[in-house]
Amino acid sequence: MSFSASLLLLLALIALGYWVGRSRSLQLVGGAGGIRRLHSLPSYYGILAALWCGLPALLVLALWAGFQDSFISRLVAAGAPAEVLAAGPAHVGLFMNDVRNLLAGSIASESASEAVRAAAGHYIQLRGIARMALTGLLVVIVIVGLAFARARIAPDYRARNAVESVLEKLLLACSTLAVFVTVGIFLSVIYESVLFFRQVPVHEFLFGTTWSPQTAMRADQVGSSGSFGAVPLFVGTAMISGIAMLIAVPVGLLSAIYLAEYATRRFRSWAKPLLEVLAGIPTVVYGFFAALTIGPALRGIGESVGLDVASESALAAGLVMGIMIIPFVSSLADDMITAVPQSLRDGAYALGATRSETIKQVVLRAALPGIVGGVLLAVSRAVGETMIVVMAAGLAANLTANPFEAVTTVTVQIVTLLTGDQEFDSPKTLAAFALGLVLFILTLGLNFLALHIVRKYREQYE
Amino acid sequence: MSAAIDSQSSASPATPAASLPVAEGIKTTGRVTVDNPIICARGVNVYYDDKHALRDVSIDIGRNEVLAMIGPSGCGKSTFLRTINRMNDTIPGARVTGQMVMEGQNIYDRRQDVVQLRARVGMVFQKPNPFPKTIYENVAYGPRIHGLAANRAELDEIVHTSLRRAGLWEEVKERLAQPGTGLSGGQQQRLCIARAIAVDPEVILMDEPCSALDPIATARIEDLIDELRESYAIVIVTHSMQQAARVSQRTAYFHLGDLIEVGETDRIFTNPRHKLTEDYITGRFG
Amino acid sequence: MSRTAADTRVLVEKSLRRRYRAERRFRIYGIVSVFVGVAFVLFLFSTIVGQGITAFRQAHITLDVHYDAAALGLDDSSDPALLATANYPAVVRNALRDIFPEAEGRVASRALGALVSVSASHELQRRLEADPSLLGSRERLRFLASADVDQLLKGGIDRTLPEQARPLSDQQIAWVDALTARGQLGLAFNKGFLSQGDSREPEQAGVLGALKGSLYTLVITLLLSFPMGVAAAIYLEEFAPRNRWTDLVEVNINNLAAVPSIVFGLLGLALFLNVFGMPRSAPLVGGLVLSLLTLPTIIIASRAAIKAVPPSIREAALGMGASRLQMVSDHVLPLAMPGVLTGTIIGMARALGETAPLLMIGMVAFIVDPPRGFTDPATVLPVQIYLWADSPERAFVERTSAAIMVLLAFLIVMNAAAVVLRSRFERRW
Repeated sequence: MSFSASLLLLLALIALGYWVGRSRSLQLVGGAGGIRRLHSLPSYYGILAALWCGLPALLVLALWAGFQDSFISRLVAAGAPAEVLAAGPAHVGLFMNDVRNLLAGSIASESASEAVRAAAGHYIQLRGIARMALTGLLVVIVIVGLAFARARIAPDYRARNAVESVLEKLLLACSTLAVFVTVGIFLSVIYESVLFFRQVPVHEFLFGTTWSPQTAMRADQVGSSGSFGAVPLFVGTAMISGIAMLIAVPVGLLSAIYLAEYATRRFRSWAKPLLEVLAGIPTVVYGFFAALTIGPALRGIGESVGLDVASESALAAGLVMGIMIIPFVSSLADDMITAVPQSLRDGAYALGATRSETIKQVVLRAALPGIVGGVLLAVSRAVGETMIVVMAAGLAANLTANPFEAVTTVTVQIVTLLTGDQEFDSPKTLAAFALGLVLFILTLGLNFLALHIVRKYREQYE
Repeated sequence: MSAAIDSQSSASPATPAASLPVAEGIKTTGRVTVDNPIICARGVNVYYDDKHALRDVSIDIGRNEVLAMIGPSGCGKSTFLRTINRMNDTIPGARVTGQMVMEGQNIYDRRQDVVQLRARVGMVFQKPNPFPKTIYENVAYGPRIHGLAANRAELDEIVHTSLRRAGLWEEVKERLAQPGTGLSGGQQQRLCIARAIAVDPEVILMDEPCSALDPIATARIEDLIDELRESYAIVIVTHSMQQAARVSQRTAYFHLGDLIEVGETDRIFTNPRHKLTEDYITGRFG
Repeated sequence: MSRTAADTRVLVEKSLRRRYRAERRFRIYGIVSVFVGVAFVLFLFSTIVGQGITAFRQAHITLDVHYDAAALGLDDSSDPALLATANYPAVVRNALRDIFPEAEGRVASRALGALVSVSASHELQRRLEADPSLLGSRERLRFLASADVDQLLKGGIDRTLPEQARPLSDQQIAWVDALTARGQLGLAFNKGFLSQGDSREPEQAGVLGALKGSLYTLVITLLLSFPMGVAAAIYLEEFAPRNRWTDLVEVNINNLAAVPSIVFGLLGLALFLNVFGMPRSAPLVGGLVLSLLTLPTIIIASRAAIKAVPPSIREAALGMGASRLQMVSDHVLPLAMPGVLTGTIIGMARALGETAPLLMIGMVAFIVDPPRGFTDPATVLPVQIYLWADSPERAFVERTSAAIMVLLAFLIVMNAAAVVLRSRFERRW
């Protein structure tokens, strides 16, 4: 029985549980006429019974679904031929890959070795047993839950309160999921990063100036394990984000000011949504555009004025990224500007200040903390942006300050290191997680700071 | 009056509970107790975080009478009203001490189910707040969640009776399926009253029910309150002394969180004993 | 002080010109900024549409084919194994040679055959396998032309270039012109683009596989993030006590909304693939990752919608003796639903356009067959765009732009739905 079938069976049993609970409660008070003698409406008794049989079973099903395959794989791997086991975990991994490929039908059974075929057979057999066991277990859990629920149902039993306390806990669980996601991200990147830093010292990673993550082809090749100095990536990231901010902050801020303070209602009603379209365009589209239109165009312009512009220059990526971030800056700035109370403006106007003087000297000054917060959020976004740089910036880890050259960024390297066929434990893939850790800490720090500033700012005018 | 509602009220235990003893040294002027009360408040204090909003209030609420609570803004009369059906539970930081006993049961007891309490103590709010549903659904909501009707016919009957008793039936019988929010302000407030009595409570709390209405609508609500007194205990908070004088039998005067004086309405308005009460009803402040 | 009111007036008047100039300048900066953004939007859309619109029409060649047993190297059409190995390209070439008998010899014959897509042979094989009685008969069929011919017709190949510098020889161009003149070659609606999976041959490549992959992925995302997001929002707005834990959860959600999407991909790789051993490249895992990504968006939007329901409704429900959960499910949630759905649609639109995290979990593979389930290897529309953008052929540039048009069309529809929902059903209190 497959998981989806188990799930369907379980849903059917839960429906049965509801029906049993509901009819039991009605039966106790002698039918629909006796509803008033029940503490709660009959459907609550039904839901309660359904929860009692459904929740534990769902939990078991989820855990089972999560761990069944890795557990069976471990059993099968333990039964692999002796010479494979002796050759070390990497070979066991390869062997298991063959088994999995055979099972998935992506390699023909004739081409598989005898041992692989035997292991695949073993796998199928174990999986069959596991599924039978799961079905049996689910049915038992449901029956026990149902019997328990049925025994507890009584007219004065507070079914509604019980149901609500369970549901409230479920709501609580959902709200804490976000925390677990953060913790999960942190743990998963830090785990792999620690493995990485065992092979490459932290200071070399953070302060080294050469990035060439080529790993040795053979395990015994000494000295060619690649070098993992991430400074060129940090510089590249900073440069592209810097160019992006140079575009996005003035353009975003000025357009927000214009739309909020000067524009007529009609102009605003079409210009604002049009600007917001920029925020809705997928980044892969920007990347395509940067790589195929802006990059070559800049190169052409460069040639005509005698500048040597790489076709994958930092400038092209930064420029397009800046455009992408404009609506982000402008909508945040708009919020901040409109939060400035009218009384401040009136004060300036009453002194005879012109509009632009009022904006520059009063409104912007008052909104400054909020705008700084918004810009920090935008920086965090630029730093973490992936597709534009993957498509339009290069792979070459040049340590340069020239925006016409190709540079690479943290996100580009994460993508490069983790796409394609890689052994999972090589320093090359682990390096991606170390970069991910840096990225995560950096953006989390920026967000935290920015949101704190913005919140303080909002509270000030509330 | 419908049979369903009659049977409900007679089903509730009508033990003639004697009023609880009142603590010595009570500052309230006048007699706070009544014979055969439905609710007895004793030494009730309410705090919002650090603010002491209500100090040591003791008062009985009698059956089949209208108790009016008057006093200047911020005196604690609405706060006290909301302690009677534990609506203060919804305000973060609110804390209640003392006893609020309804037929022998302290409603602040841990075992008290707040949902059951509110089914017995209905409430009508300052601003009419019909649900954005049809008129029918507004009235039917309470009976539905409390399982008061076994079938559609019974539910129809409850809705009909409640609307009739709220004096709204003739005006809305043709448009029960239209949204309740489309009615006029006075009609909305009567809809809210119909909604409250559809659950057939024992006590109805009214928090300045006419403050958002015009004089004609107000007069209708006042007539309605007088009729409803036959079946329910009614506690009404009002800013209008004339209204208190018109609709109530007893009046309680609150001042800055203290219950200053309680008495027969006629007596309070003609012969107030406490200086503050006298100042208020003669219009020296408020 | 010796300055009088008259002096002040003179001073102010003197400064006025300068100040009004500054005012005008400031205004112009503002207008220019707005126009930079707007111009870029228009430029981007016109470029994409200009490049991509041609992909919706494709060159087709109509040929009279003869299922000639000799050419196919078949004498017995009953054996399916033989049918699979028969020489179909020869049939196609013969059909072309019937028109151009002058193409003698291997080289010329091959050059002639290159005008037609390799899919022509597959098509013939499919037809013959479906109906073996066709052997020996003749039939008029329409095939895809090769990508080069397609580009030539669309003007993507410059005829004035020297012969070595372009993919088609002078002879081939002459044949193309002749076929066009005979009415056997021309552009027609490109059905395959929307009904086929990916392919290495640009003329056969379509977006159906990616569309299906996106659909499966979004279904998982919606099923997970919508209920969980709404539940979390309800808890935080209606039930959560004000304490440090709630503060932590709130700060966390806001922060998570701004964490780069690629980091979620790392989580998916480390947790779902390596710890739980879920299949690579599967919509199931993609959906899981994207649901974590959209969760904060949905929570934040739902909270705003729930907060907008006036407290008087809550009081009314509680005053009737509704429990808090009944209050939420009977009144607050239905009233907040338009806002919640709007937020969800916007979150889904974001998920639909998301690429980076899916690269991490292996949804970048070259996959020909459209997925048939949640665990089949698949790719999604943005990743398909990324993959095609990497291909050097000019024909793929056209297809990339067309795929972007498809993606943008979906996004526009979703956002329009959100706007309509908001303006039509959202209640102002």
